[in-house]
Amino acid sequence: MINTKDRNFRIGAGSTLVMLLIILIGLIWTPYDPNAMNASEKMAAPGLRHPLGTDNFGRDIFSRVVQGAGATFLIALCSVAIGLLVGLLVGGLTGYYGGWIDEILMRLNDSITAFPSLLLALVLIAVFHTGKYNIILALGIIFIPTFARIVRMEVARQKSLDYVANAKLMGVKSMRILFVHIMPNILPVLLSTVAIGFNNAVLAEASMSYLGLGVQPPDPSLGRMLNEAQAYLSRAPWYALSVGLAIILLVLGFGLLSEGLGGEDRA
Amino acid sequence: MQYVVKKTGVLIATLLLVSLFAFLAFEIIPGDPTTMLLGSDYTPERAEALRESMGLNRNVFARYLSWLAAFLRGDMGTSYSYAMPVHEVLRGKLGVTAVLSVMSWVLVTALSLPLGVALVRYQNKPFGKIGVSVNQILMAVPPFFLGILLTYLFGLLLKAFTPGKFIPFEESVPRCLGYLFFPALAISIPKAAKTVKLLRNAILSEMKRDYVLTAYSHGNSRWMVIKHHVFRNALLPVVTYLAMSLADIVASSIIVEQVFVVPGLGRLLVASISNRDYPVALCIVVMIASVVVVMNYLADILTQTIDPRVRLS
Amino acid sequence: MKKRFLALVLAVLMTAALCACGGGKSPAAQPTDTPNGSAGEKALGGEITVGIAADLDTSLDPHVSSSSAGTREVLFNIYEGLLKPDTDGNLIPAIAEDYTVNETADTYTYKLRDGVRFHNGKTVTVGDVVYSLTRAAGLETGEPLVAELKGIASVEAPDDKTVVVKLKAPDAEFNAYMYASIIPEGSDPAAEAVGTGPFRFVSRTPQDNVVLEKFADYWGEGAILDKVTLKVIPDGQTMVMSLRSGAIDMAERLSSSQIADLNELTILEGSSNIIQALYLNNDFEPFRDIRVRQALCYAIDKHAVIDLAADGHGIPVGSSMISSMGKYVVPELVDYYKPDVEKAKALLKEAGYEKLSFSITVPSSMPAHVDAAQVIVEQLRAAGIDASINLVEWATWYDETYKGRKFEATVVGMDTHSLAASGCLARFQSENSKNFINFSNADYDETYLKALATVDEAEQTALFKQCETILTEQAANVYIQDAASFVAMQKDVGGYQFYPALYIMDLSTMYRVK
Repeated sequence: MINTKDRNFRIGAGSTLVMLLIILIGLIWTPYDPNAMNASEKMAAPGLRHPLGTDNFGRDIFSRVVQGAGATFLIALCSVAIGLLVGLLVGGLTGYYGGWIDEILMRLNDSITAFPSLLLALVLIAVFHTGKYNIILALGIIFIPTFARIVRMEVARQKSLDYVANAKLMGVKSMRILFVHIMPNILPVLLSTVAIGFNNAVLAEASMSYLGLGVQPPDPSLGRMLNEAQAYLSRAPWYALSVGLAIILLVLGFGLLSEGLGGEDRA
Repeated sequence: MQYVVKKTGVLIATLLLVSLFAFLAFEIIPGDPTTMLLGSDYTPERAEALRESMGLNRNVFARYLSWLAAFLRGDMGTSYSYAMPVHEVLRGKLGVTAVLSVMSWVLVTALSLPLGVALVRYQNKPFGKIGVSVNQILMAVPPFFLGILLTYLFGLLLKAFTPGKFIPFEESVPRCLGYLFFPALAISIPKAAKTVKLLRNAILSEMKRDYVLTAYSHGNSRWMVIKHHVFRNALLPVVTYLAMSLADIVASSIIVEQVFVVPGLGRLLVASISNRDYPVALCIVVMIASVVVVMNYLADILTQTIDPRVRLS
Repeated sequence: MKKRFLALVLAVLMTAALCACGGGKSPAAQPTDTPNGSAGEKALGGEITVGIAADLDTSLDPHVSSSSAGTREVLFNIYEGLLKPDTDGNLIPAIAEDYTVNETADTYTYKLRDGVRFHNGKTVTVGDVVYSLTRAAGLETGEPLVAELKGIASVEAPDDKTVVVKLKAPDAEFNAYMYASIIPEGSDPAAEAVGTGPFRFVSRTPQDNVVLEKFADYWGEGAILDKVTLKVIPDGQTMVMSLRSGAIDMAERLSSSQIADLNELTILEGSSNIIQALYLNNDFEPFRDIRVRQALCYAIDKHAVIDLAADGHGIPVGSSMISSMGKYVVPELVDYYKPDVEKAKALLKEAGYEKLSFSITVPSSMPAHVDAAQVIVEQLRAAGIDASINLVEWATWYDETYKGRKFEATVVGMDTHSLAASGCLARFQSENSKNFINFSNADYDETYLKALATVDEAEQTALFKQCETILTEQAANVYIQDAASFVAMQKDVGGYQFYPALYIMDLSTMYRVK
């Protein structure tokens, strides 16, 4: 029997890579301009000209799904990056130095994580208003506490290890110890958190845009398009289904990836 | 006991912090409610008078304290959009969301416990193998997408319910629950899949323990071992998880209510955020967050009661 | 491998299940021809549920002139004026039985109808009429609640059957404003909705519903249905789903994309009596330059917008005049700006806005406008203009865009309050409280006032037409169409009536089919 973690990792990495490849190609080339309208080809069924048919404006659905997945992925990427960078900084410093700042920040952290992430995203969207960049910012902020907590825990653990003590004895400056010596050692743990972050970001973006509080039309994003596709569920079920499948594939891929990397089920 | 007292202290502190956060978030929202309320009738004098009457000229913490005091008395302020007290706007909606959440939670539990055990029992049979894969996929399905599919399949094709025609609790309890069953299903399937996975993993790792070998040596079959020994022990992390997941369920219901047109807190929250009706949004946020905090607290206490080992950590 | 196979199987199964119903059937439901819907036998009584896209305004005061069209069309069933419009575009006596106008058109005398009752059971007296008109015209406060009534000098009741309204200046069109609701003397309509209409207000649950009941003591023919529930469904997709599932019996003002899946329902097509346009905030820096506004007019092809966003249903317009207002319409203005991307670019360059970008605010509950906005954004992109869409809830649009005037551009429809030309044109006077686009043109103001003061009909019409021409020449807005309205009803509901020019939903003629 193959190791489950290994198998999960392989499947997760495989499906994520395939999605990524399609998304990357989509950035440079899609069969049609995803926003180009064509009055003579409205609501076309899937066929040779349009693999997934066209929508009510005659736009090519396949191109839109690819671009929408790209937009969703990009939003996930940026928001995870924000969470990771700030989390590293806050978690690293508090974990390394400890003390009352650590205590206060961790208490704050706890009370922020008391909000379900979707609720927090809604509150932040109320503060920032809707839009692509605001959703990145909102999701990024939501991810900070998770990353900060994990980084802090790991840094605190590494701090007591011999190599850190040795470095201190050799007179290496604290900042250098923290960022040059310790950080590389916590990367493996972080990777699986990053994968879960992606997983959550994709779901959150899709939910918010579905509610109309995220990406605004005509920009595609998976959530926004699912909202649009709902109107054509009986005439063009492939529209909603392909968007839904794209979301499922992204979430599934990142989920398996994070499990394969040894993470827990929940962030 | 000391543990409970300490946890209760943390609970109260967290509740205060959470409400302060929410209050501050809605405080710093750009834009002045007076300009919105006055619209084209806006004049600086009128705005000033209104600010004064709304108490907007005092400092933030004074306002937080008086808001909190009023909130605890049940006075939740006045809705901007409806010019009526917030508690009237909320009336009836709180109950709907509560019923939906509890129903989803019951479904999660009812689905995941037998399925989790079955997946272990038939681990090497086709059912077990396919089940694990299907379970993994179901974990990745967003509840609102599931909601769209369920509405279509059961609502429009099979006519098992009438999407959009929510029957209030007062009108008919069974029919109300019948309607809520479908959104509850949409919420609970992905959540149940996660719980199944957790339970399955917990049982499997429990199976590697020493006492299991002892049980085998006494001539028990694998199934007997699972049933009488392993299941109880594997349940601990699952119970904790289930207790904590009510919070997530409440959050998912925000979106799923939208799909199924259920007039609960979620739809109201989304509408009040879009309408910038902050008093209403603030109340809902604080209420949901409080439920979450209290649930986590109860989960902690529960875990501690079941397993005294936790007390050590 | 197995997992991917399973995913595929699942997908195929789901697709098959969904295709089973109606996949690939007729492209769009064809509007049926019968003007009033199902030709079944009327059943007396019964109730229906009607879907409405936006919740009603906070205040149900019928005299608040900034009320939204969606609120007014519901209030139409609760309140009445001395006169009321009919489906032929005429004004017919309502609370007044008869009226006379003096030769100089500055004194109007109304004779009250006998036995008209309010919903609270009291009979309408001249005191109620004087109170209502005084309140609406703001004679005591100096601030008219209904802007059209600001020409009233005095309202008097010489005897208990007669009301005399004296005007400050002659106005031949004055009767068109006499839809102003009559409410009981001394009452505050913001607190309780008591009118004389065929339906009485029962209850309201915010964000959810409004319930109306038949008023049994109505003076006229009265309502057929016993009860109507107006259900608030702010999401276009949900509206369609509710119609398909039978959760609601009727919805009006649907877009062509919304009715596409409703083959099993009766679909009526009429005009929604709104001027859909890309309304421009003339105070937004780039739009202060007429060349920029004209560039937008050249960049947008209204015929293509109608084809793409409304499947070709809708009457293209070139200025702010509802197309059924016959004599006032100036057909030459429709194609005043011929779509010309190069010209648009040249104008922008001349104005120094080669890199123009702005946002278009659109109420999310109105798919017809959201769809049109998407096409507009795409057309502007071809002219190198970067427009983005900002979807907001109806209430936000109303508060911030309409009342607060904080926007750059918006796609929405404007209706008219009255059957007079002024209903469409008054709002573009510089100082008008409804001038949300901040249009300011001295020539327009002068021409408009001159038109109002003119008694001769032909001369007045010419002046109003000149106003419309100024709006077009000044490129005040990018005019698109007098949008079509699709009404969807379950097969067992009938009696919907379209009104020309006005934004009205008349529930009194609606019925259940036996």
